[in-house]
Amino acid sequence: MIRININGRDYDVAAEPDTPLLWVLRDTLGLTGTKYGCGIAQCGACTVLVDGEATRSCQLALENVGSAHIRTIEAIEQDEVGRKLVEAWVEVQVPQCGYCQSGQIMAAAALLSQNPHPTDADIADAMTNLCRCGTYNRIAAAIHHAAA
Amino acid sequence: MNMLLRPSPSQSALPLKSEGITNLSRRRFLGAGAGALVLGALLPALPHRALAQATANTVKPGTRIPAFLIVGRDNSFKLLSPFVEGGQGVSTGQAQMVGEELDVEPSRFVVECAPPGPDYAVIGGLRLTGGSFSTRSSYEVMRRLGATAREMFLRAAAARLDVPASELTTENGVVIHAASGRHVPYGEVAEAALALTPAENVPLRDPKTFRYIRQPLPRLDARDKSTGKAVYAIDQKLDGMLYAAVQHAPHLGTEPVSFANEAAVRAMPGVHGVHRLPGAVAVTADSWFRARKAVETLDVTWTRPEATGLKTVAADYSSEAMLAALKESKAAAVSAEKAGDAAAVFAAATRIVEAEYAAPYLAHAQLEPPSAMARFNPDGTLELWTPNQMPELFQSIAAKTAGLSPEKVILHSPILGGFFGRHFFYGAASPFPQAILLAKETGRPVKVLWSREEEFRMDALRPLSFTRFRAALGADGRPAALEARTVGEGPTGRYFGALFGGPVDGSAVEGLVEKPYAIADRSLDYVKLLHPVTIAFWRSVGHSMNDYFYEGFFDEVADAGGHDPFQLRLDLLKDRRRHLKLLQTVADLSGGWKRGPFDAEGGRRARGVAMASPFGSETATIAEVSLADGQVRVHDIWIAFDPGSIVNPGIIRSQVESAAALGVSTALFEEMVYADGVRQASNFDGYTILGRDHMPRIHVEIVESGEPMGGVGEPGLPGVVAAVVNAVAALTGRHIRTLPLSRTKFNA
Ligand code: FES
Ligand code: FES
Repeated sequence: MIRININGRDYDVAAEPDTPLLWVLRDTLGLTGTKYGCGIAQCGACTVLVDGEATRSCQLALENVGSAHIRTIEAIEQDEVGRKLVEAWVEVQVPQCGYCQSGQIMAAAALLSQNPHPTDADIADAMTNLCRCGTYNRIAAAIHHAAA
Repeated sequence: MNMLLRPSPSQSALPLKSEGITNLSRRRFLGAGAGALVLGALLPALPHRALAQATANTVKPGTRIPAFLIVGRDNSFKLLSPFVEGGQGVSTGQAQMVGEELDVEPSRFVVECAPPGPDYAVIGGLRLTGGSFSTRSSYEVMRRLGATAREMFLRAAAARLDVPASELTTENGVVIHAASGRHVPYGEVAEAALALTPAENVPLRDPKTFRYIRQPLPRLDARDKSTGKAVYAIDQKLDGMLYAAVQHAPHLGTEPVSFANEAAVRAMPGVHGVHRLPGAVAVTADSWFRARKAVETLDVTWTRPEATGLKTVAADYSSEAMLAALKESKAAAVSAEKAGDAAAVFAAATRIVEAEYAAPYLAHAQLEPPSAMARFNPDGTLELWTPNQMPELFQSIAAKTAGLSPEKVILHSPILGGFFGRHFFYGAASPFPQAILLAKETGRPVKVLWSREEEFRMDALRPLSFTRFRAALGADGRPAALEARTVGEGPTGRYFGALFGGPVDGSAVEGLVEKPYAIADRSLDYVKLLHPVTIAFWRSVGHSMNDYFYEGFFDEVADAGGHDPFQLRLDLLKDRRRHLKLLQTVADLSGGWKRGPFDAEGGRRARGVAMASPFGSETATIAEVSLADGQVRVHDIWIAFDPGSIVNPGIIRSQVESAAALGVSTALFEEMVYADGVRQASNFDGYTILGRDHMPRIHVEIVESGEPMGGVGEPGLPGVVAAVVNAVAALTGRHIRTLPLSRTKFNA
C-alpha cells in the first residue's frame, strides 16, 4: 500500500510502485477528470498540480509522489484562482471537444497562482499543452480574463 | 456545369431542400436516400432479412416527438439528438432549434445522443454525424419538431384548464392563460400532451421573431468541460469489468501465430488472460496499466506480410512508393468535369503552365484515444459504449460480431474527445469488435482502450493524394483553359461505393471541380488507384488537399501571367456576387489586400489569398507569413465565411477558428509516413500537431448571404492551407507543391 494525498484526502493505493499517477487517479480512484492523451509527456492532457506545480501525471510514478499534495481538476473550484478560471473558460467559451481542457485549466491554475498577471509571453511559456481543436487563442484570452 | 453526378429523383422526397446541399459528392450521398443501402454497401454479408427490415420501416424520421423529447414533471427538458457531440457544438444548436419553436430556453435542455432507431435518420433517410451536415440537414426537422410539440402542450393545457387553445400562449416552458392568470408548466401536462396525435403543418415562427436561433448562445457543455465533469467513452466503467490492452500486428493484415512467453505474461500482476484477436493480441487485467504492460511484454510471432507490391501493406510498402505510383499511373481516366474544348485551347496555346501537387497521409490525432466497453446482459442483449458517428451502422456491425440481431444490441454514443472524421466505421480502425470478442471470451464486461501508440498505428488516414495540372494562358495572361488529372482513392468510394455507383469518387475530386472561376474551357479527370492502407474521412475530406492543389496552382498561373493573384480572382469572379463579396470582405478584414513582401516587426512578411467552396459554404482566406530559421511562421489568418444562413454565430466562429488551426497544422507539420510497411510515427513526438507556439491570430467575419444553409465544422479548413502556401510563394517566390512545409528548407 502506498499512501498519497489527493485533493486534501489521503488514499492508500494498492498498485505497483511504477504505476503512473495518471492511472491511479483514473482507474484506481475513479477521478476521471484527468485525461490520458499520449502517456509520454507530449500532450499535457494529464496535467495535475503537485504541490502547486503543473505536472504531467503520466510521468509521475506512484512511488515518487511521496507526501506531495496532489490537486486534480475535480478540486478546481475549491479556491479563488480555480473558480475564476472556470468562470473565464465559460465566459470566453473555450472548450470545444473539451478533452484537453482539464489539463489546460490545471496548467493555467499553476501559472496564475505563481504569476497573477501573466503576459502573453508568460502564457506562451507556461501553457504548452496540446489542443487538437485549436483553442489556444481562447485559452490565452480566458487566462487574461481570469487575471483581470 | 458538370452534371455527371446528377441528383436522383428520389431526392425531392427528402426532408430538406435539395439545393441546401450543394456539395458534389454529398448530393449523390443524399440522392440515394436509404440508410439500408449504406449498410448493404458496408456489410455485404448482412442477412437480407435485416436489410429488408431496415427498408420496410415506416417511421417518418424526425416526427415522433417522444423519441426526441423527454419532459419531466419537474419541467426539465431532455433532448435526444440524432447527432453526437464531439466539440462542434451540435448539441447546443439542436437545443436552439427545438427550443426556439417549443418556446423553451435552450440552456434548460440536457442533450444526449439518441440510441439507434429509425426516428433519427434525418439526413435523407440516413443518420450520421459528419459531412458538416448536422445542423443544415436538421434545421427544418428540429424546428418543426419543436413547433409540433408546443402545439401539443397547448392542446393538453387547454383540456386541463377547460379553455379554448386559442386563448393560450406559452412562455419558456409554461402555458399561460392570460385571461384567468393561470399557468401550466409543460411538465405537468407532458404525459397527456405527448400522447396526443401531432397536428400536421404547425406553422413555424417567423424568423424575424427568433430569440434563440441566430444568437451566439453559450455552449451547453462549456461548464462541464471546464470542470472535468464531462464524461467521455474513456471515462466509463462497469461493475466487474476487465480492462483490456492490445498490441496490433505491425503490418496491417498480418495475424498472430504464437507467443514465446505466454506463461510469464499470464503470471504478471493482475493479468486475467491472454487473447488472440483478428490482427491483434490482447491482455485482460484488473487495471489498464497492468494490461498494457503485459501486452507489451508479450513476445508475438506474426504471419509475414506480402514481400512487395501496392495491393497490400507489403513488407516494403512506403508512402513514397505509393506517391510514385500515383504520379506514374498511365491508366485511362474518367471525366469528373468537362466544359468547352480544353484540348483545342491547349493545342493552340503559346504559353502553358504545368505543375504536380501532392499531399501526405494524415492522422486524425483527436486527443481522446479510442475505447470501447462491452457487456453481455443476462437478458441476452449486448450493451456497448463506444465513440461513433453512425449509431445504426455500429449497432449492425456489433450485432454481426456478437452473433445477435441488431435490436439485441444497446448502443451508447458518448461525447467524443475530438473526432474530425475519426469515428466512422473503418474496419480494423475501431476497437469495439475487440471489446465484444473479449467480453464474449471472458464472460465479463470488458473495456478496451488503445494506447496512443496503437491509435497512431491503426487510425484510418486522410489519403495521400496527387494531382497534375496544366493551364493555357491567353494573350492577356489569364488562364484560358485548365486541365487536371487526379489519381487516387477517396473514402466515399471505398466505404459508400455501392451507394454511389458512379465512376467518379466525389471525395477524391471535390475541391477540383465546380470552381466558381470563369475559365470556359476545362477538363478534370479522375483515375482510381486504390490505397492498401485504411483511409478515412478527415476534416473537410477531399477539400483538405484539393483546394490547396487548385488554389496553389491558381497562384502559379497568376504569377506566370503577370497578374496579382487577388486581382486575378476578382477578374475571374466578376459575375459571382457571393464570391466577390467574400473576397472584398476578407480584404477589408485584413486592412486591404497587400501581397508583399513587406517589412514588419521581426523581418519580411507576405500574404496569400485563397477561396474554397466546401460543404455548401463559401470561404475567402488571407494568411500572413514570415520565415524564421528557414521555417514558415504564420502570423495572422483572416477568414470571411459565408454559410448561407446561421444558427449560432458564436459556435460558427469557434468552428472556423478550430478548422483554421487544423489547416495551419497540416500546412506546416503533419504527415504520416510509411516505410518498410509500417507507419513511422507512433506518438505526438513523431507526428507533430500544431501547438500554441505556432498558433496564429485568427480573425473571422461571418457573411450571411441568405443562400441555403451550408456546413460549418469543416469548411474553414481548406482555404487556410492554400492561403498559407500562397503567402509563402509571395514571400519566397517558391510555390510549394507538396506538404507539409516543414519538409522544405527556406533561405531566410
Ligand atoms: S498523457 Fe501525459 S502528457 Fe500526454
Ligand atoms: S478542446 Fe478538443 S482537444 Fe482541446
